[in-house]
Amino acid sequence: MIDEEFIKGLLAKHSFLSERESIDCLTLESPSGELISFLEYLKTEESFDMLVDLTAIDHGEGEDNRFSTVIHLYSLLHHGYIRIHASCNDNNEPSMPSVSSIYPSANWHERETYDMFGIKFTEHPNLKRILMWDDYPYFPLRKEFPLAGIDTPLPAADVAEVTDASVEPAPMMGGPFVSSANGMVSDSEPRAKDESWTEKNEKPL
Amino acid sequence: MTASDVGYNSKVEGEVIVTKADAVVNWIRKHSVWPMPMGLACCAIELMASAASRYDISRFGMEVMRFSPRQSDCMIVAGTVTYKMAEVVRRIYDQMGDPKWVVAMGACASTGGMYRSYAVMQGVDTIVPVDVYVSGCPPRPEALLDAMMKLQDKIGNETSVRNLTKTKKVASG
Repeated sequence: MIDEEFIKGLLAKHSFLSERESIDCLTLESPSGELISFLEYLKTEESFDMLVDLTAIDHGEGEDNRFSTVIHLYSLLHHGYIRIHASCNDNNEPSMPSVSSIYPSANWHERETYDMFGIKFTEHPNLKRILMWDDYPYFPLRKEFPLAGIDTPLPAADVAEVTDASVEPAPMMGGPFVSSANGMVSDSEPRAKDESWTEKNEKPL
Repeated sequence: MTASDVGYNSKVEGEVIVTKADAVVNWIRKHSVWPMPMGLACCAIELMASAASRYDISRFGMEVMRFSPRQSDCMIVAGTVTYKMAEVVRRIYDQMGDPKWVVAMGACASTGGMYRSYAVMQGVDTIVPVDVYVSGCPPRPEALLDAMMKLQDKIGNETSVRNLTKTKKVASG
């Protein structure tokens, strides 16, 4: 059971931990240096045997700790989740120890996190991009990256030469396409919701 | 009524039919389109439905789906073309033997669809010449069948003999 007693025991055993406010499951803040040993402990001693998710947050430029990784674990014994939040020390070249030696399923999660946020996972067995192509110069889920994208050459130079194509920012007329869950199907299909600006009318500030 | 009463009379015309080379070539081509199913997203499911018993694309002479570009002559781009996949789509197109046609099936292949994003090519016509666009997200099988019949009409009107001397650009890699 993940109850008050369990949390108290966990915090008493690991002095570096602190509890974070959360509306659903137990959320702990751990320094990145202690992350590996703490996860090892959680897996072997507390039976948190399943890594559900590993992702990251970009808190925005100007924050003290801009990047942090978030790990969700599930225990088949406790029937409960635990969330671990660890901040990256360097804002310009963020890094984090890889947990793929403890949870092998973290391998691709960490590659995706690296691909989208540029967080380097040290000791990762195969840290390369997983979604975007290898030479892609940006990290698309960082706050400063525009949804429409940035002009970039196509991954294959010979194809680009023949077709004259490149990666261009997508037209964002009327904002990104979103779908609403309710109403008639004809209204809830994905579409640009903000009709105040078009290709002819400028976007209102 | 016998066969000699209508149409072709072998006594008058011998065993010769006079026509244009274009007409014969196009007639042969349009009734045996071998599609190459470039299934990239959910449109591919509708593409499969078009080939299955209820809609039955073979009624129009194009049921021989080939997964090898060497053996096919109509690429049906069914789904979202990402920038990473665009290279592959173009290479497969280059590997198809001439003559070849491309059908952009659905909103994504035609224009990028709802994916206005950094990762998605805004229409496959950026990298390959598209002959027929099909609207819908995804289009129903009837829409695809209609598009394929439109493609047949288009093939029927091509200047096939003159096209033999045209050269096309091919990616070198």
